[in-house]
Amino acid sequence: MVTLYVDDLAVSVEKGSTILDAARKLGIYIPTLCYHPDLTTFGGCRVCMVEANGKLVTACRAPVEEGMVVRTDSSAARQVQRTVVELTLSNHNGDCLTCVKDSRCKLQEVANYVGITPERMAMLRSAVPEVEVDESNPFFKLDRTRCILCGICVRTCQEINGVAAIDFGFRGHKTTVVTIGNKGLAESRCESCGECLERCPTGALARKDYEQPSREVKSVCPYCGVGCGIYLGVRGDRVVSVRGDKDSPVNSGQLCVKGRFGYHFINHPDRLTAPLIKRDGVFVEASWDEALDLVAARFLETAKHYGPDALAGISSARCTTEENYLFQKLLRFLGTNNIDHCARL
Amino acid sequence: MRKVLEPLRQEAIQRWQALQNSDKPVILVGAATCGRASGALDVMAAIEDKLREQGRDAIVRQVGCIGKCHSEVLVDIIKPGRPRITYGHITPELAKQLVEDYLVNDNPRTDLAVCAASGEETDIPCADELPDSKHQIRVVMCNCGHIDPGSIDDYLAQDGYMGLAKALEMTPQEIIEVLKQSGLRGRGGAGFPAGRKWESCLKAKSDQKYVICNADEGDPGAFMDRSVLEGDPYSVIEGMAIAGYAIGASKGYVYVRAEYPLAIRQLRLAIQQAKEKNLLGKNILGSGFDFELEIFQGAGAFVCGESTALVLSIEGRRGMPKPLPRPRTTEEGLWGKPTLLNNVKTFACVAQIIHRGAEWFKSIGTEKCPGTAVFALTGKVNKSGLIEVPMGIQLKKIIYEIGGGVAGGREFKAVQTGGPSGGCLPADLLDLPVDFDSLTAAGSMMGSGGMVVMDDSTCMVDVARYFLEFTLEESCGQCTPCRVGTEQMLKILHDICEGKGREEDIDLLVEMGKAIIDGSICGLGQSAPNPVLSTIRYFRDEYEAHIREKRCPALVCKKLIYYRIDPDKCQACGRCLKACPVQAITGAKKTPHVIDLSKCTKCGVCFEICPDRFSAVERKTGQAEELN
Amino acid sequence: MAGLATVLGSGAMTNTIGEIEDAGAIFVIGSNTTENHPVIGYRVRKAVRKGAKLIVADPRRIPLTEICDAYLPLKPGTDVALLNAMTHVILREGLEDREFIANRTEGLEEMRRAVEKYTPEYAAAITGVPANDIVRAARLYAGADSAAILYTMGVTQHTSGTENVLSLANLALVTGNLGKPHAGLNPLRGQNNVQGACDMGALPVVFTGYQPVANDEVRAKFVKAWGVELSGVPGLTITEMFQAAADKKVRAMYIMGENPILTDPDANHIYECLESLDFLVVEDIFLTETAQVADVVLPAATFAEKDGTFVNTERRVQRVRQAIKPRGQSEPDWQIIQELARRCGFEWQYESSRQIMEEISFLTPSYAGITFERLEAGGLQWPCPSADHPGTPVLHVGKFSRGLGKFSAVEYRLSAEQPDEEFPFLLTTGRSLYQYHTGTMTMKTDGLNRFHEEELMEINPADAKVLGLCTDDTVNVTSRRGLVRSKIKLTERVQPGVVFMTFHFAETAANLLTNSEVCHIAKTPELKVCAVRIEKA
Repeated sequence: MVTLYVDDLAVSVEKGSTILDAARKLGIYIPTLCYHPDLTTFGGCRVCMVEANGKLVTACRAPVEEGMVVRTDSSAARQVQRTVVELTLSNHNGDCLTCVKDSRCKLQEVANYVGITPERMAMLRSAVPEVEVDESNPFFKLDRTRCILCGICVRTCQEINGVAAIDFGFRGHKTTVVTIGNKGLAESRCESCGECLERCPTGALARKDYEQPSREVKSVCPYCGVGCGIYLGVRGDRVVSVRGDKDSPVNSGQLCVKGRFGYHFINHPDRLTAPLIKRDGVFVEASWDEALDLVAARFLETAKHYGPDALAGISSARCTTEENYLFQKLLRFLGTNNIDHCARL
Repeated sequence: MRKVLEPLRQEAIQRWQALQNSDKPVILVGAATCGRASGALDVMAAIEDKLREQGRDAIVRQVGCIGKCHSEVLVDIIKPGRPRITYGHITPELAKQLVEDYLVNDNPRTDLAVCAASGEETDIPCADELPDSKHQIRVVMCNCGHIDPGSIDDYLAQDGYMGLAKALEMTPQEIIEVLKQSGLRGRGGAGFPAGRKWESCLKAKSDQKYVICNADEGDPGAFMDRSVLEGDPYSVIEGMAIAGYAIGASKGYVYVRAEYPLAIRQLRLAIQQAKEKNLLGKNILGSGFDFELEIFQGAGAFVCGESTALVLSIEGRRGMPKPLPRPRTTEEGLWGKPTLLNNVKTFACVAQIIHRGAEWFKSIGTEKCPGTAVFALTGKVNKSGLIEVPMGIQLKKIIYEIGGGVAGGREFKAVQTGGPSGGCLPADLLDLPVDFDSLTAAGSMMGSGGMVVMDDSTCMVDVARYFLEFTLEESCGQCTPCRVGTEQMLKILHDICEGKGREEDIDLLVEMGKAIIDGSICGLGQSAPNPVLSTIRYFRDEYEAHIREKRCPALVCKKLIYYRIDPDKCQACGRCLKACPVQAITGAKKTPHVIDLSKCTKCGVCFEICPDRFSAVERKTGQAEELN
Repeated sequence: MAGLATVLGSGAMTNTIGEIEDAGAIFVIGSNTTENHPVIGYRVRKAVRKGAKLIVADPRRIPLTEICDAYLPLKPGTDVALLNAMTHVILREGLEDREFIANRTEGLEEMRRAVEKYTPEYAAAITGVPANDIVRAARLYAGADSAAILYTMGVTQHTSGTENVLSLANLALVTGNLGKPHAGLNPLRGQNNVQGACDMGALPVVFTGYQPVANDEVRAKFVKAWGVELSGVPGLTITEMFQAAADKKVRAMYIMGENPILTDPDANHIYECLESLDFLVVEDIFLTETAQVADVVLPAATFAEKDGTFVNTERRVQRVRQAIKPRGQSEPDWQIIQELARRCGFEWQYESSRQIMEEISFLTPSYAGITFERLEAGGLQWPCPSADHPGTPVLHVGKFSRGLGKFSAVEYRLSAEQPDEEFPFLLTTGRSLYQYHTGTMTMKTDGLNRFHEEELMEINPADAKVLGLCTDDTVNVTSRRGLVRSKIKLTERVQPGVVFMTFHFAETAANLLTNSEVCHIAKTPELKVCAVRIEKA
């Protein structure tokens, strides 16, 4: 353990921890933009600069030292922090009200902390890039006028998904996040997993047609056998979003394109909403009583005439464990072991 | 190992002497990139044609750049029994005449001669006594312009490979001791003691280590490294091999920008020859030491000159400097292995230091900065070119004696050192000694060796803008201060140059510049504001003139100048009237001409075309009375 | 899963998903992990970034081959030859884990004799994989401190499916890669709750927790608990059921949440079988291709509209929670089943899924410690035999369920159908990243359809050239069982002589073509190999 002092408060942390770790342990806020706990540190945004033993360092990268004295708010640190945020804002599309990240935006949070005044901003020249929004992906868009080049999406694509579909491209003030060959996201290697937009601190990578849920329910993804933990976002009587459950040991919050975006079947108008009975080759809506009585009667009749093994049931790998239990129990109650499901398919 | 080298050496020396004492004339053509750009290859062809035509036999050789770029194309002629005479500004036609006059008719054409190797030719100044030679000491460039860079024998005859042969008889630690004693500091710009760097690389434990030569010379106007590689690639190769032996590396890379095709070709040839002589490859000189060298061509990104970015670039990744804290390249460099990275000129010094000893090296330059500095002297100076001077020489000696003073008889205004992120120093700092520490203290830096002289027709705000534009384009883009900060500063400078500057802009630039220096990841960002900060520091009045009076004192910023025809001087010749591309000038015969400023685009054609004897068109700054 | 049960005593992923990241080597065979189990795919890529050696065996050049250390492009259906050869190399070079073999296994010598003839060169001739690549793969796998095998239907959906799994088990046993973290033999289950369905005895031969129906003691326990008489005669598997329907032995069928017309092999045959039933009831969320031939269709609730559990591929029982009320009159399946049971005369009184789980844990030893209360805090991996048991991340630590791990002497057999003059191509099937199964769910999201909205059968450019085909051409794909019209895509992802289709699309139902020939042990149909003819349409 290493003991150090952050803003005069003593704290002991593991050797190899960063100043940011130590500050967070003390509950001391240090502004960050390019830092993300899931990813390797980058140190590019420079907004977490603090003074450690009299030298300016990035808190997200600088390792703690025994007896180190850290000042998160020294005038030198404040100067750099403020200039960096001012510069970032001069380069950023500030139309916040139409941005999906409004009020959840990391840049807003950091700007609030360092204190941005209209007078200071008026001194700067606007340098918002004029670039088209990449709308090619059906689920999300990349708006480079809101991008602060924190590289979180780039690292996410490399370190979380691993497909490395995006990277920094070009140089200097023209630096931007690009796909191979600078094609649209939909034409690139991108797998649309959406991990990047979950982590984007601003509205640069944002869902299309986003509706903020009014409540969330913890559940499990209904697709493949991985069983990712999810939160279903509900608004009224509709499911409007899915996000990964960070605490799930299975997926640590990660999802794939189907799990994150493939929830529209739930509220789909083609859903079966009433029992149907086929009469003269045509389906006719029926009441539950009618339908279930008919089924029960035909099952019992069949068992009686041809023996219980003339009945067979195919259960479902899509249904719950409890439902599978009841399904096989019913068939077995009816006297047959003709139960199977698609395990082999 | 020196024993093994000796037969190679003796053979080379014999050949060299045979050449020097040849009964045939020897003609040397400076054919580095600078010479070629001036037509050296045509000159050489012309000489050969003429010789054939005249039935004369002579040895014609290509050599590297001797540094007198102001007089390209340079041709040296050594007639048997006569001193070597250097001719400047030679064209193919002049070359033919020269062959005819001197070789056929024995007229040494003193009118074309720049200098001679000794004072025997009374009408030609002696090379050593030329003012531009007097203050120069050649260490790094000692062979440039003398040897044929395509002949390893030429190099061996100049004591080449004596350093490596000696080093192979020493222990790595002994080599590093010599280097430490010599006080050699890295020539890439930062001036880090080379011995300490080598030592930390030696101490790093690894199965594989690398030596990298940084030849990614990217400063605009700098061509020192290129000239060394073109004129004497062997010295760099030998230095790298010594480094490999000293730190325990068996593999080296020369990272050259692809824009240097001739340097790459010479280097490739030199590597090939060194391998053939077993001065590179397996079991060098029978010592058991193996060293392979590979050329890696960089794509011309300025930031790849930064060591960690360069390493990433060789690994095939995007060249972005790694933020601190990070492991030193000497401990974790290329492919994660300990890597020694030095500049071309650093390696070029090493062989001689080992061969001649640390004391010899320390006898040159200053105590803290021994050795020489190589500069590409350019700008508004009479004799631009490549110079090598002892560390500690005063700026004014470089500019006025070696450079021959400000061109066109104009007044000196500033000198910019250290490339695009160096600073501009004013006239009252001309006594400043040139070394790593003094330049840094004055707000500039040594850099890799660019030196641009500016006269009074230079606008310092415009200069700052020019250099900032370069760093802005070349920033790797990863950190906010450098990427957005330089853009913001540039926008402000644009505004100032256009008369849209605000009173608070100067303080804003200073404040922002400091934050960029404090906040940036690498040396590029940490020095990018230097041109702005140093011009504000020394030429603040010019900024104020732009902002407060909307005036550009140097008459450069287009938006702040206007043209006026002095009615008293105008002879109504009509030249400007005809030349004006936008018909902004009115007038008639015997009626003085007038410029309609609302139409004028300030192209300056009228100013250029007005005959000197009239000088009626004036360039002015400030608010034009006519517009008031 | 029969294969795994034979040698180890239980059939499920032996290890945990989270462990993959730190494996020393990963052997992916017959699994297009990044497309079919994407989140596990992320872990595999991460493991490679952390230094794991990756071996991929697949007839197609799947995305993982881009980052693998050894790629083994085997001909479809030749897995046993390849795996036996790898085991052969390991034994020949002394790379086996002798201590593990001595203490924890039996049957080595018999297995050794069986793999004797499978030299890399011999296997190369069968599989088409260069002999030195087989050697390299064997060394990479055996050389790692811990090596995990990941496989899916590419291994099991063959007539030799069980043998394939047995030879994989040989590989894991011989190198001691069982019963320890970051290793194991890991079938990745294709559907959200296929593990739960198996665990619950939605199988013809077992009750919950794989308790055999034929075992009198077991049956007595269930008879006592349920209060009804139970049949001890093993039932029919899906494929057998359909045949029995055609033969009029099965007369009425209840299908819950399945769409066999698209998912099962030889779709024409399935359709005919279903048509010949006296009575078919289908319970689903949409009117699927199968529901359309039903007599009665019952509207079910989706996973978002009910409570319960899903069991994932690593045996983790996790809670599914109701987020919204069921749409229209649809009901959760458990309520529908219960209502039906009551109308059949059984007095069931479940008020919630929680109550059902209480009964499950009472009757199922491996679920004995699982309750909804405990699941609130996160999932539990079975076996979880008691209320204070933390669950079991790694199976077979110290001891196999059956005692000793059993080596099997396995021989390579030809797939049931081989290409011939009439049907010169091998068709293999799978899924894509953007669609899922028969598309019942995924095709309701427009964005997913934009990435993959119609079948593009993959064919090697060399084959296409011979047939005079270009990308986007439409072809007739014909097998002995049916014909499908599909657009094509020219790609090196498939080897010459092999074509690939997904089974997502009803319009181009690949399973009209596939062979319903099954693995003689596990009864898994050979969906991964059938012979087809390609003609320009």
